[in-house]
Amino acid sequence: MLARVREGDLLARLWPVLILIAVLAIVVAFSHLGPVSFERMVIKALIMMTVVIGLYIFIGNSGILSFGHSTFMVVSAYMSAWLTMSVMRKKIMLPDIWEGFRMLEMHVLPGAILAGLLSAVLALAVGIPLMRLSGIAASIGTFAVFTIVTVVYNQWDSFTKGSSTLIGLPTYVDLWTAFGFVASALLITFFYDRSKYGLQLRSSREDPVAAKAAGVNILLQRLIAFVISAFVTGIGGVLYVHFTATITQANLLYLNITFITIVMLLVGGMRSLTGAVVGVVAISVVSEGLRLAEKPLGVSGLGELGLAAFMLAVLALRPAGITGGRDIPLPSFLRRT
Amino acid sequence: MIILQYVIDSLSVGGLYALAALGIGLIFGIMRLINFAYGDLLMMGAYAMFLMAAAVWPITILGGVVIAILVALLTERIAFRPLRTADPSVLLAASFAVSFFLQNLVLMVMGGRALGVDIVPVLNQHIVWGELSVSLLNLFTIAISIALMVGLSIFLNKTSIGVNMRAASEDVRMARMLGVRVNLVIAAAFAISGLLAGAAAIVILGKTGLVLPAMGLRLTLVAFVATVIGGMGSLTGAVIGGYAVGILEVVLGGVLPLALLNYREAFIFAVVLLFLMFRPGGIIKVASLEERV
Repeated sequence: MLARVREGDLLARLWPVLILIAVLAIVVAFSHLGPVSFERMVIKALIMMTVVIGLYIFIGNSGILSFGHSTFMVVSAYMSAWLTMSVMRKKIMLPDIWEGFRMLEMHVLPGAILAGLLSAVLALAVGIPLMRLSGIAASIGTFAVFTIVTVVYNQWDSFTKGSSTLIGLPTYVDLWTAFGFVASALLITFFYDRSKYGLQLRSSREDPVAAKAAGVNILLQRLIAFVISAFVTGIGGVLYVHFTATITQANLLYLNITFITIVMLLVGGMRSLTGAVVGVVAISVVSEGLRLAEKPLGVSGLGELGLAAFMLAVLALRPAGITGGRDIPLPSFLRRT
Repeated sequence: MIILQYVIDSLSVGGLYALAALGIGLIFGIMRLINFAYGDLLMMGAYAMFLMAAAVWPITILGGVVIAILVALLTERIAFRPLRTADPSVLLAASFAVSFFLQNLVLMVMGGRALGVDIVPVLNQHIVWGELSVSLLNLFTIAISIALMVGLSIFLNKTSIGVNMRAASEDVRMARMLGVRVNLVIAAAFAISGLLAGAAAIVILGKTGLVLPAMGLRLTLVAFVATVIGGMGSLTGAVIGGYAVGILEVVLGGVLPLALLNYREAFIFAVVLLFLMFRPGGIIKVASLEERV
C-alpha cells in the first residue's frame, strides 16, 4: 500500500492518523454543545483512549499480551501528584513526603511528561529481564510487576497515603486538553509504527524465527516498544487522576482497568492503531447508551450485562476486532494517480 | 512440631491452589483458553451455597457444586464454543467478558455487599495437639484436594473420555481426525473445571464465611500463576505449581518479620518473577506448545 504512494505525498502517508485526529476533533468540538455529563463521558473516553493507545504500542506490535500496564498508570499518577499538587495540599495530605517534593509545585504539563518518563525508566528496568520471556510467561511477568508495585505503593503511606484515597490533585483535564494528549499519543504511535523499529517488531510477531534469521534483534525491539508504551500509558494514568482529582487503589480499580482496556483493544482490533481508537469508542458508546437505556427501566445492572454480551458478540463475529486490523483507506478522490 | 504445622498448612493452602490450577490448566491444555472466569464459577457456586444454607449441609454443598458445573457448561456453550478457533488472546478477552457478565449478574441480583454464611460449622473446629493446631477445614481441604486429584488422574487414564481428553490436549486437530468428539471432550473438561471450582468454593467459604461478587479473583490469579510456574499445558505441572505457590505463601507468612508481612504478596510475585527468568517454560515444559520449525 505504502509503496504505491510517492515519497513526497505527505497527505497519503499520514492519512491513517490524520483522519483519526480529524474525526476526534470534530467529536470534541460538537461535545461542547452537549450537557456536562456528556462532556465528561467524552473526556473519560479520550483518557481511556490514551491508555489503550499505549497498550497497543506494545501488545499490538509485539503480539504479547501484557497484564501489567496498569503499573505505569499507577506509577505515573502518583509521580504527577507529587510534582504538581499545591504545597498547601501536600502539607495536609502528605506531610511526611520527601523534602524535594514538599516544596515543589510544578506546572502540570512538565509534571505529566516527567511522570510519563518515570514509567518509561521503570519499563526499561523491568523490561530488560521481562522481554526475554515469551507468550504467556511474559504476560504473567508483567502481572507480577504490577502486583509488586501496587503492594509497595499501598504500604508506602508517607508518599501515597497507602490504601486510602489521595485527594486534591489539580484538575486540568478538559475536552481540548484530553484531545491534545490523545492526538500526541496517536502521532507518537503512528511514527513509531512506521519506523524501522515498529516494522521489525511486527515482523517478529508474525514469524519470530524468520525475523531472527533476517537479523531482527527481537529482545531489543520489544524493549523499545515496551518503553514507549509505558510512557504513553503512564500519561494516560496521569490524565485519569487529574480528571477525577483523586488517586485511589480501592476496589481493584487498576486491575479492572487492565481488563477493560485489553478488551477495548481486542474489540477494536489489536493489529491497528485505528483498532485501538475504534475499540474505545465502541465500548464507551455502548456502555453509556445502555446506561441511559436502563434508567427508565429502573433496574441498574442490566447495562453492564448488555455490555458484556456486546463484547462477546463482537469477539465471536469478528475475532480480529471491528477493524480487522486495518486502517481507514485514503479515499480515491484524494489519491494522486 | 513447628515443621509439621508448616507441612499441614502448606498442604492445605497448596491443595486449594492446585485444584484451581488444575481447573485452569485442563481447559488451557485443550483449547488454549486461559479462563479468567474460573473464579466466577467458584463465586456462583458459593452464592448458590449461600442461598441454600438453610438445608442440611450435604445438600447445600452438593447444590453449590452442581451450580458451578452448570455455569461452567453454560459459559462453554454460549461464550466459548463460537470462539473455538479464535486466537488465544481473543479467547482470553472473551473470558474477561464472561467474568464481567457473571459478576454483574450477581451484583444486580444479590447486591455488592459481602454476605456472611457458615455452611458447615463443624469445619471451624480446631484440633489442638501440643503446639500443633489444625482446623478441621485444613484437614478437609487436604483430603478433598487429594481425593479430587486422584479421581481426576484415574478419570484421565482409565476412562475412554479421559483418554480422549488427553489426546485432544496433545493435538486437537489430530484427535478430531481420529474420531475424538471434541465438543463432548471440551464440555467434559468444563464440567470438571466447574466441579473443581465448586470444591474450591466450599474451602473458601469455610475459610472466610463470606460471599462477594469478586471473591474468586485472587484464586484465579494465583492459579494462573501456578499453571505458568508449573508449565503451561501440563496438568502435573499445574499441581506442582499450585503446591509450590502454597508452600511459598505459608513459609513467607512464617519467616517474614511482622513489618514485612504486609508485603507478602509482593514477595510471592518477586519469587515467581525470578523463577520465570531462569525457567521461562515452567517446571514441566510442554513440547506441543512450542512451534516446530
